This record gives sequence, C-alpha cells and structure tokens, in this order.
Amino acid sequence: MSRRISSGNIIESLQNVQEKHGFLPRDSLIKLSQDTRIPLSRIFGVATFYHQFRLEPPGRVTIAVCMGTACHLRGNAENYEFLKRFLSIGPGRSTSDDGLFSLEKARCFGCCSLAPVVKIGDMLIGKATPRELQRAISRIREEILREEAARETRG
Amino acid sequence: MMRQEYWTLMDPCCDYCLHSWDNPCAKYVVCRVRGPFCHKSVECREKRQRRVKEVLYGSQGVRINIGASSCGLAAGAEKVIEAVKDGLRSMGVEAEISAVGCLGLCFMEPFIEIRSEDGPSPIYGHVSPENVGDILAKYFEEGSVDGAFAIRRRTGRFKDEERVPLLDELDVWRKQVKWVSRNCGVINPESIEEYIVTGGYEGLSRALTMKPEEVIEEIRLAGLRGRGGAGFPTWLKWKICREQSSEEKYVICNADEGDPGAFMNRLLAESDPHRVLEGLIIAGYAIGASQGVIFVRAEKPLMAARLEKAVEDARRWGLLGENILGSGFSFDVRVMRSAGAFVCGEETAMIAAIEGRRAMPRQRPPYPASKGLWDKPTVVNNVETLAHVATIMAHGWREFAKYGTERSKGTKMFCVTGGVKRTGAFEVPIGTTIRALVYDIAGGPREGRMIKAVQIGGPSGGCLPERLFDLPIDYESLQEAGAIMGSGGLVVIDDTNCMVDVARYFTSFTLAESCGKCIPCRVGTKALYDRLSAIVEGMGSQEDLQLLEEIGMMMKEAALCALGGTAPNPILSSLRYFRDEYEAHILEKKCPAKVCSRLVTYAINQELCVKCGLCAKSCPVGAIVKTADGHFTVDESKCIRCGTCVITCPRGAVEKR
Ligand SMILES: Cc1cc2nc3c(=O)[nH]c(=O)nc-3n(C[C@H](O)[C@H](O)[C@H](O)COP(=O)(O)O)c2cc1C
Ligand code: SF4
Ligand code: SF4
Ligand code: FES
Repeated sequence: MSRRISSGNIIESLQNVQEKHGFLPRDSLIKLSQDTRIPLSRIFGVATFYHQFRLEPPGRVTIAVCMGTACHLRGNAENYEFLKRFLSIGPGRSTSDDGLFSLEKARCFGCCSLAPVVKIGDMLIGKATPRELQRAISRIREEILREEAARETRG
Repeated sequence: MMRQEYWTLMDPCCDYCLHSWDNPCAKYVVCRVRGPFCHKSVECREKRQRRVKEVLYGSQGVRINIGASSCGLAAGAEKVIEAVKDGLRSMGVEAEISAVGCLGLCFMEPFIEIRSEDGPSPIYGHVSPENVGDILAKYFEEGSVDGAFAIRRRTGRFKDEERVPLLDELDVWRKQVKWVSRNCGVINPESIEEYIVTGGYEGLSRALTMKPEEVIEEIRLAGLRGRGGAGFPTWLKWKICREQSSEEKYVICNADEGDPGAFMNRLLAESDPHRVLEGLIIAGYAIGASQGVIFVRAEKPLMAARLEKAVEDARRWGLLGENILGSGFSFDVRVMRSAGAFVCGEETAMIAAIEGRRAMPRQRPPYPASKGLWDKPTVVNNVETLAHVATIMAHGWREFAKYGTERSKGTKMFCVTGGVKRTGAFEVPIGTTIRALVYDIAGGPREGRMIKAVQIGGPSGGCLPERLFDLPIDYESLQEAGAIMGSGGLVVIDDTNCMVDVARYFTSFTLAESCGKCIPCRVGTKALYDRLSAIVEGMGSQEDLQLLEEIGMMMKEAALCALGGTAPNPILSSLRYFRDEYEAHILEKKCPAKVCSRLVTYAINQELCVKCGLCAKSCPVGAIVKTADGHFTVDESKCIRCGTCVITCPRGAVEKR
C-alpha cells in the first residue's frame, strides 16, 4: 500500500488518540502537532469539523439519541428534550453534573425499523419512551453508585 | 498460506493443483466449485462437491441461519444465538449455527431460518430466547413448521406446510427482484468460502480474461447508472478515467451512506461484503488503478469490520495483491473509517477527508475522474453500484438489463421506514411505482392511520403526496415531480406527522451539516431554518412562505455543492403539495397533526383521569391545578407546553388538542 494513503492522515491519528483517552486532550493535540509538524490550528480545525471527535471528557456512560428521520418522526426529539431535563444537563453542556452521563445526538444507527432508538452505553433501546428511558437510567445510576460505594468501603 | 486443520474449498485439492502465489491459476475461482480443470480426478471432484454441501447445509445436513447484522443484533440476535445453542443441546440435535446478514425484512427481526437440502426452509420472525425453544422442538421433534412466517418450498414431509405461506407467494417477497441482494441474509458474510459457493468472484475472473475496454463496454450495455444519487452512467465515468494518461489512478468505494434514515448500503455491505469488494476490484481493473479505498461511515462500525475482513480474506487467497489470478493486474484496497460528517459523502469532500483534511467540497470541474485523490484520476462509486458491477460481470449485461425502464436499467434497493406496517430494505426493478413499494411490499399504513406522503431521497429529496403514488420510481420521473430517487431512502409520512415539522427537521439537518465553505448554503440554511422555526412556533407570516421560496431558489442556483443545492428540496416540495398545512400554522395558529408543541394545547380528559395528582406534581411551572370540585385542569396561561404531564400521567389522560 502506498505510504501516501496510509501515513500522515491526521484524521486517523486523532481517531487513535480518542480511542485511547475517550476524548482529545489538549496536550495530545499539541504533541501530535509537534510530532507531525502540522500546525496546531489545522489539527484543531479537523478535530472540530468531524462529529466523532470530542474535546471534553465523556461521562461514564454515553447516551446517544438517534436524530435520524425515522426516529424523528416517531418522537425522538421529545425523548431528547426529556433526557436533557431528566439528567439536568445545562445549555451548551453535554455531561450531567454528576459526571455520570453524557448525552449526544447520533445520526441513524441503521435500525430505523426499531424507531425511536436510544443507545445507552452499548445497549440499544428500540421503541424508546421517556418512561422506559427513565427506568433504564435510574437502574444504571444505582448500579454505578453501588459499585462506587462498594469500592470505597473496600478502601 | 496458513495451515488449517480441515480442508476448505479455498485450499488446493491435491498436489496436482498448479495454483500458487508465484504462479496463480486463471481458473482458480471457478475451479473451487466446478473443478478440477487441470487434472482428471473423480476423487478431487467429489471432495469439492462434499464440501459445497457442507458449506451450504452444515456437516450435519441442517443449518440454522440467524440474522446478525446491525439491525438483527439491535433486536437481540445475540441472545437468540445462545438460546438456539441451548435448545439444540437439550434436544440432542446437531446442526450448524450460522450468523448471516439481513434479509431486509426488518419488521420481523430477529429472524431465523432452518435450512436443509430438501427441507421446507421455514423462516421465523420475532424470535426471542423465550419462543425459540418451542420453534426448534416443533421442527425437530414434531416435524412441523407451525409458527413460521413463511417457507421456501413445500416438501410434503412436514406438518402444517399447507398452513404456512410460501415466501414467493407473499407480496413482500414476490414483488421484489433479489438481484444485488441475493445473498443478503442467506450466507455468512464473514466466510469467503460461502461467497465462492454462490458464484462469488466469477465476475472478476471473467473480467480479467477481457480487455479493460471490453469490461467498460459490458457495463455500458447493461445500462448501469450510479446508485449513490446522481445516476451518472457508470461506464462513462470509467471511460473518462481510463483515458487519462496518469500512471497512478485510484478508485474509491463510497460507503459513507449519510442519509439519516437509509441503510441499504450498510445492509448490503454487512451482509455480502465480498460482492462490494469484487466490484471495486473490477472497477480498478477497468480504469487501470492499482489502489482502492473503501470509505466507511463512522456510525456503522460493523460494516467497516466486515469489509475489513473481506479485504483480508481476499488478500489471503490472492484475489487482491500482485498479479491477481495470473492476469498481471495488481490491486490492493484499504478501508478507511470516516470521522463522521454528512458532507463526506460528496465525492470531492470525501477525497479531502482521505487526504486528512476537513471535508469541504471543491468546485467541479475538474471532476475526480481527471483530477481526484492526490490530484490523480479517481473514480468514486457507491457501494450498491459496485455490487451491481460484480453481479453484472458474473451474469452478463442482458440479465441485468431485463429489469428497469428504457433509460434506467436494473434494480435498486430501497429502505422503507416510517408509517408503514413492514419497514425494511427491499430491492425492486427501477420503474416500480411508489404505491407498489409502499402498499404491496411494505404493507401500507399502520393500524388506524392514513398515509399522506413519502419523502424520497432524504435531506436532498422531496416529498410526494399520496395522489402521486402511481409515479414510477426512476431518476427522471421523480425529478419532474420535485423529489429525487436519491440513494434509496423512502420515509412514509402519515397523519401523525406534520409536513412543516418534517421540512424543518431536514433543514436542521442540512444546517448542522453544511460545511460552511460557501455563503449560499451556510447562510441560506440558517435563514430557512429561522423562517420555519417561526412558522412552527406560530409566529410566521405569509411573507415567510415567499421568502422560503426565494431563498430556496437562490440556493439551488448558487450553492457550491449538491448539499446546499438540494437542501431546499424538502421545503419547496412540501410548499408545493402541502401549502395548506403551512397556512394553518400561519393563519389559524394550529398544527393540524398536533406535532408542533407551541401550537397545541394540553387538556385533561376527565373521563380517563383518576385524580392521582401526579401531573400537577410533575409540572415545572405549576400550571396544573386542582379545582374546588377535585378535578385537575391545565391553566393555559401558565402552561409552557413542555409535555411533562403527558409523560407522567399513568392513564394517558393528558391530551393534546
Ligand atoms: C452532500 C452529499 C452527500 C452524498 N452522500 C453520498 C453517500 O452517502 N453515498 C454515496 O454513494 N453517494 C453520496 N453522494 C454522491 C457522491 O458525491 C457521488 O456522486 C457518488 O458516490 C458517485 O457514485 P455512483 O456514481 O456510483 O452513484 C453524496 C453527494 C452529496 C452532494
Ligand atoms: S453547498 Fe454547503 S456543504 Fe456544499 S460547499 Fe457550500 S457550504 Fe459546503
Ligand atoms: S396524572 Fe393523569 S390521572 Fe393523575 S391527575 Fe393527572 S391527568 Fe389525572
Ligand atoms: S433513524 Fe434512528 S436508527 Fe435510523
């Protein structure tokens, strides 16, 4: 394979950084710029252009609400608004105050026949309703808190 | 080549086989199933035939297929696989369990199919860990196909065969033509051997015995046009690229599938990845490229993984790499994962992304066919286009050109979603009417609902009202009516959906996805969105409608790429066919479908209400009050229309009016 395609592609370097840290830490971007001699501004331009890249650390569990057409028609905008309120995520933010959940919009998981679809962690919830989401999230929150409590008592 | 414990069709049959890395045999592919050709041996022939049966029906003669592409997995296929294993174990039945792709019948995921050479091959839908034991027991212990959605043939040997419909008799199947999706949901996509058994790579083998110009001619005769949206004749693109004098050329498979609500490319590449790859190699041969790139959407990781596996296996068996099948043609492919941006689907933006830059389109011409990746001649083709190429080369252009219309040949896969009974991905001849697709195949409206329109072509397409459903779906007819065939997404809109809201939805999408390079699109999408928002919030005026049309026409003329150039289509088409809905929002301040929250009022249905008071507690502004006689009512002057009470009420007593 020619080197031209496989090397020097900052998109793939950024994908690797994000794979490792879950987001793009500032220091990693600076280091990448130094290593590749690509101006930081260009790297930052690429990082903010694509949806995949995150500049803020994600919450423990990521909730992705599908904003595809089928899901929109079946009411996922309402689910999204509900989640924002339920997780008390302020305007311009994407992570809940307790740092447990981050909320994002996704573009069609390709499971439109199950619309509306919400993905919590790795779990896809089809035909999602606010009630069901509320239940699933409360369960996960309890689990996390229980785990943490257990870890603390263990010391 | 790696050593394996058992012999597969891909391995040499005996020491007489002359095929090797250094000296590949031109007949390697066809020889796998129909050989041996270079030496006479009954034993080698029988060895092949035995293995073919084993691949098709497992070593026990029975094979259980479970749909495990993204949609099947989301619907719970993994648990079903475990349950099938348990079920078989407890009955003491031995059968091959195989994870296959998707049949396109998404409405009944997860599905399983029990296949054997002379059995009825029943297909079951909505399978769950709870009911699968029963299905297996009925089939294996009682010899009954009871509970199946359909069977593939009647054998007379199983009970209840008469009561279950034949798959070919069902509208959902009968009206389709499974040409490019023939293997989807039938073979294990991760097995190159299964692809070979179904005739895989025979198209490539044939192409390599022809001159590149002859391959291009074959595609011209077939009349194949691009399935990515624009419908450009594939052969012409190839010819222009072939005629460029450059030493270095590239071919790119566009697997970015960006239409939010369409998944036929994902389904095809997940279910039959080798077909796409084979088409890509043939395209490379035809234009004289030595490298290919498959550019896959980030949100579709399984599609990327399956394509990667296909590339790896093809390379391992000499179908990629140096001197493919002894033809002297060398070609390799790399899969690249997009970082997500709708505009990446546009070919010049995709090239920028592959070069590691922000995906911004550039002015065309020059077209990529003369100046593309790294400024070299490049062909960009859609996933389905390439899969058609492989199928055409294997079966000949005449078979393909049998289907379709005068100007648009062959078949096309469509994803039908939204307000229909049977959502899924269906393959039909081009020229099939919207009505046949939406009513016959997808089953028409959901219970108690009424279909009012379809939106074809996603954010670039337009909506068409029910009265135009007899239009044939092809590139030209739809364009005249204000929509496009697009890449094949078809969303059915029923009376629970508001046309203005749909238009605003697509505009919010293009607004967010505009790359920002050119002003007509960057500013235009925002202006459109603001006007639509005003309308759905009850603050629109008649002038807004005129403004929408003016801005829309301006963008069509002036935007740099088709993202901006087609962004007004959803608005312009719904203004054309559903102006009354816009006017209801503006003049009466009403949303007829009760979708636009600012224009609906909430009220409590006293007959359903049990006076629990939960809604009053949940209301963030205290707009729900208890009256003196103990009823709960909504105070409209306080209500902010957040809808919380609707969600809270355990009785469904809060209604939108
Ligand atoms: C905004 C935009 C998005 C596009 N998205 C896709 C896509 O997801 N898949 C695709 O095959 N073509 C897409 N296209 C069309 C491609 O630019 C190109 O025409 C196509 O890949 C050519 O392949 P074909 O001739 O085989 O159809 C898009 C075009 C635009 C303007
Ligand atoms: S039309 Fe939109 S997406 Fe296309 S180049 Fe202009 S700003 Fe970018
Ligand atoms: S929550 Fe429902 S049932 Fe309870 S008081 Fe409110 S409207 Fe009545
Ligand atoms: S629109 Fe939500 S999964 Fe496709």
